Amino acid sequence: MKTSLSWLREFVELPAEITASELDTALTNLGMEVEGIVDQAGTILGDLVVGRVLTIEELTGFKKPIRFTTVDVGRDAPQEIVCGARNFAEGDLVVVILPGGELPGGFKIGARKTYGRNSHGMICSAAELGLSGDHSGIIVLPAGTAAPGVDARPVVGLDDVLIEVEITPDRGYEMSVRGIARELATYFGVPFTDPASRSVAGATAEVPWPVTVEDTVGCDRFAARVVRGIDPAAQSPEWMQRRLIAAGIRAISLPVDITNYLMLEFGQPMHVFDLQRLRGGLTVRRARAGEKLTTLDGVVRVLDAEDMVICDETGPISLAAVMGGETSEWQEGTVDVLLEAAHWDSVMVGRTARRHKLFSEAAKRWERGVDPSLPLAALQKAVDILVEHAGGVVDEHVLDIDHVVAPVALTLPADAPARLIGLPYSSSDVASLLRKVGCEVTGDQVLSVVPPTWRPDLVAPIDLVEEVARLGGYNEIPSVLPPAGSSNGLTPAQKRRRSVGRSLAENGYVEVLSYPFVSPGTADALGLPPADPRRSAVRLTNPLSEEEPLLRTTLLGPLLGILKRNLGRGRRDVALFEAGTVFLPHLTSTAPPELGVDRRPDNAEWSAANAIVPEQPWHLAVVLTGDIEPAGWWGPGRAATWADAIEAARVTLSAAGVPDGLVTVRAAEHAPWHPGRCAEILVDGTVVGHAGELHPAVLAAFELPKRTSAAEIDLDALPDAPVVDAPKISTFPPALIDVALVLDRTVPAAEVQAALAEGAGALLESVALFDVYESEQVGEGKRSLAYKLTFRAPDRTLTSEETIAARDAAVAVTASRFGAVLRGA
Amino acid sequence: MSYRNDPYDPKQAVLLDPSALEAAVADAEKAFAAAADLDALQVLKPAHLGDRSPVSLARREIGSLPPAAKSDAGKRVNIARQAVQAAYDARQAELEVERAARVLVEERVDVTLPWSRRPRGARHPLTTLMEHMGDIFVGMGYDIVDGPQLELEWANFDALNIGPDNPVRGASDTFFVDLPGLVMRTHTSPGQVRTMLDRQPPIYVVSPGRVYRTDELDATHSPVFHQIEGLVIDEGITMAHLRGTLDHFAKAMLGPEAKTRWRPHYFPFTEPSAEFDVWFPQHRDGARWVEWGGCGMVNPRVLTACGIDPAVYSGFAFGMGVERTLMFRNGVSDMRDMVEGDVRFTTNFANGGMKR
Repeated sequence: MKTSLSWLREFVELPAEITASELDTALTNLGMEVEGIVDQAGTILGDLVVGRVLTIEELTGFKKPIRFTTVDVGRDAPQEIVCGARNFAEGDLVVVILPGGELPGGFKIGARKTYGRNSHGMICSAAELGLSGDHSGIIVLPAGTAAPGVDARPVVGLDDVLIEVEITPDRGYEMSVRGIARELATYFGVPFTDPASRSVAGATAEVPWPVTVEDTVGCDRFAARVVRGIDPAAQSPEWMQRRLIAAGIRAISLPVDITNYLMLEFGQPMHVFDLQRLRGGLTVRRARAGEKLTTLDGVVRVLDAEDMVICDETGPISLAAVMGGETSEWQEGTVDVLLEAAHWDSVMVGRTARRHKLFSEAAKRWERGVDPSLPLAALQKAVDILVEHAGGVVDEHVLDIDHVVAPVALTLPADAPARLIGLPYSSSDVASLLRKVGCEVTGDQVLSVVPPTWRPDLVAPIDLVEEVARLGGYNEIPSVLPPAGSSNGLTPAQKRRRSVGRSLAENGYVEVLSYPFVSPGTADALGLPPADPRRSAVRLTNPLSEEEPLLRTTLLGPLLGILKRNLGRGRRDVALFEAGTVFLPHLTSTAPPELGVDRRPDNAEWSAANAIVPEQPWHLAVVLTGDIEPAGWWGPGRAATWADAIEAARVTLSAAGVPDGLVTVRAAEHAPWHPGRCAEILVDGTVVGHAGELHPAVLAAFELPKRTSAAEIDLDALPDAPVVDAPKISTFPPALIDVALVLDRTVPAAEVQAALAEGAGALLESVALFDVYESEQVGEGKRSLAYKLTFRAPDRTLTSEETIAARDAAVAVTASRFGAVLRGA
Repeated sequence: MSYRNDPYDPKQAVLLDPSALEAAVADAEKAFAAAADLDALQVLKPAHLGDRSPVSLARREIGSLPPAAKSDAGKRVNIARQAVQAAYDARQAELEVERAARVLVEERVDVTLPWSRRPRGARHPLTTLMEHMGDIFVGMGYDIVDGPQLELEWANFDALNIGPDNPVRGASDTFFVDLPGLVMRTHTSPGQVRTMLDRQPPIYVVSPGRVYRTDELDATHSPVFHQIEGLVIDEGITMAHLRGTLDHFAKAMLGPEAKTRWRPHYFPFTEPSAEFDVWFPQHRDGARWVEWGGCGMVNPRVLTACGIDPAVYSGFAFGMGVERTLMFRNGVSDMRDMVEGDVRFTTNFANGGMKR
């Protein structure tokens, strides 16, 4: 909403010396967002003075006629100025900006040579001063307006303060000078004059034009006046044009400008019909589905059964409350007008505006709510201004079809504001504040409050509490901590996510937060098999990018994209991790049950609704490429491999509190990993994720370096960290013994280790693989695995016989299970 | 003094002569002092303390003295020998200290050599900031709750008094999916709706998390961003409690001088509602008020839809953008830096980007 201080001052007696900053604070504390307060005097910098044209010399030989003038600007010597306009004569008073000045838009004025002459400044048009759109010529001031050399700003009306505020959707009444002025009057405690309280011609038994309202829900009031024989050439008065421009509205013609002006001043949108173009009486009704109407903007609208239309005998001629039609609207040359001021259902208008994407100034006001008491006052003022400036004869008949329901009284316990706001508002405080906004208040302990007609937003007691808090001042509310809650602290899942994130960061991984949007081609790029459940993705119906309409089912797609971006920016060694949700739709897609808002959904309804919500487990993924340990002066680096990815998975599980004993790693074939370099990670026998080197085809598809590795774990699939039993720490010495086993190279080391542990029994403290060796000597298809076994007893020093017996038992299990042979035995 | 009448060869007793002993001690002291290192000292040891050293030879001569002279001579020899030994020991100790010091000098290294063999990673500053924010509320007795990001439309809108005609429910603000009744949540409030459906007051929760709106990515907007929202429902909760909570949170986040300022505003889910600014003295462009978030008293319609009796309970809710907070607190000037995943951005925040 844009307006000006002078307009507001017409209705509110603001302090004369009010500053922009005071105005800003007031509007802000009233709940308006101040977009700008601009003192027009400051929009033009430097000297803007009245000048008298002394001489005019016509310059010829240029593309257009040019004038070289001398102008008295109150200085010692006349100013030489070149001017392209022709609508002035010697002796005229004009407005001159002198060199060093600056016009709106940063247009700096200097002394320069142009058209072969020196020009010292510029004679200004209204458009150049930001006063109107009038480019037709320069401003010629009436004779005797002011002496040459005086400041021209007040002379041309550049002495106002422009105000632009954003109005919240609940406060339609503030979409008007009337509303803002009333609010400021309340804020500053100064008198307010309601522009709508004027002497008004009431409805007459006979009407100026026949109108039938068929749907009084969509239109609960319809009023009209008729004026005949206006001067079609009449211009809007300058003051009106100036205010319209200040409000950001283009001046069009006197009748249309009047409706716009009153929409701004009263908040009452109006419409002006050309009486001679109406065919018979008007009918106000719902549109018939599929009915067509060409609106003012020339667009053919196919109407919906919910839209309201104004019709004559030819059918719809106006999309009610939103936009007029081509065939009935005022046009150039119109002499007989029908002015309409109605009251439309806000829900209907909102839907119609959205349906037809017509967010007109009128629709904005209807949607927020318009005072239904305004139509006759607005019509009266419209008729008065029209006749004053365009002549014509006012039809004595006044149409007013009024089905408006008066606001109902709300019941407000007088202590409710104090209880909710935390300030001790008394019953009389509450009543007095509510009266300030126009409510009628009666009662003491329990107040009966009738909101004013312009406050359709006040429908519940809480709305009244808000008014008390707002007018009492939000910043008066004290700062008091509530009684403390009783927190359970972080949940196991929250602790796990933090712990995993910290561990990975400490292990060199950098966290990223990628968008979960992926392209349909991602599944192919990842090489997912046709039946892979990760191919079943939720699709956005209105994605920002048509290329990425799907929600990720694996973190890897977006994460590989970010890896590539980092490589593209010159990194070579990158290790990334991401923790976030994936979206796994259920196979069915039935709609959830309708849930109301007048009560809590019952448990059956709620669980039925939730049954359709896709699973959104929290995953953890890492990707890494290049060196995980960099080269340096200490020597070469170490390239990241499949093994680092698997280690990252192990680090993740460990940080999540999963005991090592529950974790199993075994070979798997799973996209998008290299089939020979992929591990599945199991916890307590359940697969929770995969890790290893990515498939070469996947790396080619994503244009990533060879050997890039990755892991992905479903964090939600992990069991809660168990309570750990403390170990008994033996103080007896350990017995260390090494074994080298020769086995088929296909036997997984993890299984050999498990077999050794199983065979070694309770005395085994630890087992560690320290060498993997293949050679001709070991044998074709064989390899040697060398383990260090550490034995220790809780209660004694082990004898060498005991130790060897335990070792032999360990080896025996590997021999019987895998055919292992003790090397060097 | 003369021993002319002694029956011994005066030459044989010459080593016992006091001046000879003194000379031997002096010789030894001089020689030891001149030893440059422990090895040289070791080489000198036999000459001054060995069997053939002057003091040892002098001791042998004692036997040839008359008994009356033995005691006196023995004392002198002992004194001399102890003096030589003391000189040796002192020099040895000195040289050992020197050697130890020299070893330390020789073992000196360039401690400024880099040793970044295990590069550190980093968590994303938005993650650590959300954790930091959450921790402040946990300290105030709140639980941290979350809900699905692909959410029931009812929980995201209807239950929060955002009716079917509210424009934010349009495709120009909200992401819809090919499943009926679901949207990408536009705020974390539906998580709070779920909390209210799950438990009765007192409720003290915050919900940090990811939310979605159909804004193109630019310097100040992202279609995916993070919020933290708080909800308190209890008996007797007032706007003063809301203010106290926000003021405390502002101080905990931004220092003891921080405070909040409220502006009346409109939200469907709260009434009265406010937007709030925070006074941030450490702003890189100078102390100023910064727009931070929205807040208000939970609208009774929301309580009713969530099964909480508004006649018994009241509550407040608030929310702020995590990206916005990081931007003004840490001087991030472009939203895209937080989104693109460039490791140079994130590793910069290895310490979480805040005072500890």
